[in-house]
Amino acid sequence: MGKRTIIPFGPQHPVLPEPIHLDLVLEDETVVGAIPRIGYIHRGLEKLVEKKDFQQYTYVAERICGICSFMHGMGYCMTIEKIMQIEVPARAEFLRTIWAELSRMHSHLLWLGLTADAFGFESLFMHTWRLREKVLDIFEETTGGRVIFSVCDIGGVKKDIDDNMLAKIVTVLTELEQELKTLTDVFLHDSSVKHRTCGVGVLSKQAAVALGAVGPTARGSGVAKDMRTYGYAAYSKLDFTPIIEQQGDAYARMKVRIGEVFQAARLIKAAINLIPEGPINVRYKGNPTGEAFLRIEQPRGTVLYYVKGNGTKFLTRFRARTPTFANVPALLETLKGSSLADVPVLVLTIDPCISCTER
Amino acid sequence: MITEQIKTIAVETLVQEVTSLKQTEYDLVAITCTYDEMLELSYSFEKEQEFLHLRLVIDRGTQLASISQLYAYAFLYENEIKELFDVKITGITIDFENQLYQIAEKTPFITNKEES
Repeated sequence: MGKRTIIPFGPQHPVLPEPIHLDLVLEDETVVGAIPRIGYIHRGLEKLVEKKDFQQYTYVAERICGICSFMHGMGYCMTIEKIMQIEVPARAEFLRTIWAELSRMHSHLLWLGLTADAFGFESLFMHTWRLREKVLDIFEETTGGRVIFSVCDIGGVKKDIDDNMLAKIVTVLTELEQELKTLTDVFLHDSSVKHRTCGVGVLSKQAAVALGAVGPTARGSGVAKDMRTYGYAAYSKLDFTPIIEQQGDAYARMKVRIGEVFQAARLIKAAINLIPEGPINVRYKGNPTGEAFLRIEQPRGTVLYYVKGNGTKFLTRFRARTPTFANVPALLETLKGSSLADVPVLVLTIDPCISCTER
Repeated sequence: MITEQIKTIAVETLVQEVTSLKQTEYDLVAITCTYDEMLELSYSFEKEQEFLHLRLVIDRGTQLASISQLYAYAFLYENEIKELFDVKITGITIDFENQLYQIAEKTPFITNKEES
């Protein structure tokens, strides 16, 4: 047994977009344990629900995360709608699904770029983010925002997308898919990428289940869990099957995300093909009374929302259990037995969002 | 079709109930705490299409046993509610001793409500 050393990793590290700290316990160059520490960007957003009325809080929920902003707003609105038994118009459900899947595309493209950057593959990083810009351009044209959109509202959505724009989205996504295929070949077949990911940070299916892993982290280990299979929003009208890989290593998690970018493009095109005419929101009266739990599938995995209303315009409680929070124990497991040099890549492979985690 | 149920339990039966769920292959989804005069904890579990919440309503001094021996990843949820809500939980496998979030204000979800 080699001499044990504790190496601090983070909270500031070139590979980390956000701060998280790990105390890495090493024997020689091998990690044998890790203790996480968070709390550098805890903003108390759940507490803010006591000061902002439940309608205003939609905008706060969106600001939990800059990547999943639309989905946080959507999840919050869906939870309120569940309590108040508001039936959202079909067109709004399709529009929500389109924006949600665009969010998944831009999140996964962002992650792929960051991962390429972590390998030191700068040109791959830049080309991936160049493609991501096309998705952000769609957001800007359809919502007016590139990060925070403020289009989701309790009872539906605030903006429609006209037929010309829907057709343009299909064209842009078709071009994007073609270009992404070229980049995908590099991600999946380049020897330097495979060297850093194949067989690295293996999380067995058994461990993924036992540690409560979610999203691509779990699906890369063969766990067929995806909330979209339950058919919320317009997913019940679309042909959806989760993308699963069995190997459980960093390569498998990357492969799942790449597959999900193409799948998201296909789902968006199918939704555009099926979107019905009609209103995009409904009016409602009163304040939420009662409680509801709700789960949706964000790019990083399942998020759980809990809302408790008391009949006033201020809620008693809002809670978001985000996917990164659920994936931290799985991260600690993947680090065990890895080399110190692989730690930055492994931290990235759960696609950590610390803003979401700490709220 | 997801079925959902909230089951109210007593503090003394928490570990027994969770053990039973663990043995029947339920996964822990989250632990949620709400404070409104009393502390209300929801232990959410899932198994395929079933979504089950064990509900505990306790006062602030009540001691709770950790379930992190049964579900290893419960330690993060338990540390969170211990730090933010002052829930007295004993036996957490990795106990951050109220330093998970390192916030300046202690137990903010309790303190501010009592002041207002």
